[in-house]
Amino acid sequence: MTDEEILQLLYDETLIGNAPAVIDGVNQGLAQDLEPERMLYDGLIPSLEEVGARFERGDYFVPEMLIAARAMQGALDILRPLLAETDTQQVGTFLMGTVKGDVHDIGKNLCNIMLEGAGFTVIDLGVNVPPEKFVEQIAAHNPDVVGFSAFLTTTMPMFKANINALQKAGIRDKVIVMVGGAPVTQEYADAVGADGYSADASSAVKKAKELIQLKRDQVPA
Amino acid sequence: MDTVLRSRSKTVTIGANQPFCIIGERINPTGRKAFAEQLRGGDTSQVASDSIAQVLAGADMLDINAGIPLVDEPDLIKSMLRTAQAAVDVPICIDSSVIEALEAGLSVYEGRALVNSVTAEDERLEEILPLVARHGAAVIGLANDETGIPETPQQRLECARKIVSAAGDYGIAPEDVLIDPLAMTVGADTEAVTTTLATISLIRDELGANMCLGASNVSFGLPQRHVLNAGFLPMAMAAGLTSAIMSTAEVCVQSVRAADLLLGHDPWGGSWIAAHRARKAALEQAATT
Repeated sequence: MTDEEILQLLYDETLIGNAPAVIDGVNQGLAQDLEPERMLYDGLIPSLEEVGARFERGDYFVPEMLIAARAMQGALDILRPLLAETDTQQVGTFLMGTVKGDVHDIGKNLCNIMLEGAGFTVIDLGVNVPPEKFVEQIAAHNPDVVGFSAFLTTTMPMFKANINALQKAGIRDKVIVMVGGAPVTQEYADAVGADGYSADASSAVKKAKELIQLKRDQVPA
Repeated sequence: MDTVLRSRSKTVTIGANQPFCIIGERINPTGRKAFAEQLRGGDTSQVASDSIAQVLAGADMLDINAGIPLVDEPDLIKSMLRTAQAAVDVPICIDSSVIEALEAGLSVYEGRALVNSVTAEDERLEEILPLVARHGAAVIGLANDETGIPETPQQRLECARKIVSAAGDYGIAPEDVLIDPLAMTVGADTEAVTTTLATISLIRDELGANMCLGASNVSFGLPQRHVLNAGFLPMAMAAGLTSAIMSTAEVCVQSVRAADLLLGHDPWGGSWIAAHRARKAALEQAATT
């Protein structure tokens, strides 16, 4: 196969969530010295972006998004160590958790998978995460973004409590805060002082990338 | 074990030998932007029309949820309940995670309400059960606890046991606790529904409790959701589910009523045949006018 054929294969097979074929494609690419960066940026990422676009249009459904993202993850498991060697700029690190008092996690888990598929390093703190744990883990991992998820109108006020805890710990400006969950709105996100909100997993990826880019543009490395 | 709920003048009985209890899910602003905006502005007219439409479509009860961010939920749920009670005469399931909203709802409810819901978390049990006991209501108990949603049926059964036992401590009879065995979305986990079905059978066999779940969860993120819900409900009923908060789309209601007959809860097909005649009469009426 030519390099172009491999890139096309990675794109096509990721799009339909065929994980074994994607892994085979990556290994074949490596065997013929195709650069890991090209496989990532010219095959896998465009494919997952297309998956996200189809999902937003209503052409793709949740299971299709999940298996595509998992196929991408399989490829990333192979490529990640190689990309680290060549010093590719990381998409970003995303620390995620469902707020204290809330155990809902389907939406959060979907976000995690889509984020990982898009190249993020995701650290998932699980459900019922108290503010002090978010503070401690942000200090430990120094993520680009922290995501708070809440499914109930009663637990949404924890967004504010978490943000207050970050302020108190003096780390609010170090991290981008995103919020989400079924009852959450842009208006509510603004009211609690979050940096970003998105309505679903696919737009969360876009939003996170956009906010990270904005921040990197502001602070030249 | 029968759970008895009442509106102003109607009684609904939920039990293993009763027809399945359909609780209409529609009056819930989560994910309904226009409806949420109306409610925010104090306009509850949609509550009245949704109540009537769901009862006409076959709902035995209605669920009412007032969960909108940054609104006075106790106040809103009161006005929604008043509107619904004026529009229809069926028992209501008062749905909120805010204790004050449950309390406010119970204070204006005429009859014997179903409270949605408590979990097996100590704090929630201590806050909600006294309220349920004081108002002589029944309650839905979600089979999860502080640690999240248990993966195995056995763990969910333990949560259910804990809720029934705690309810007993407050003088709430076992028949007045409906266990929610937790329906998860099959689109995110291929085994999600088989786990729910196994949980339903286990709770029926071990506790004999009535159960209620949010049936539409199973089809989240998939096309033709009503058809999936309509496929799921008879399976859940065969496993022992006795009520659900669900869509009153025709395919869902019909599939529940068919399963009632097939499972022996509609003797000699009396309700099934009566519903057929009513539809036929309505069609003939429409043709002659």
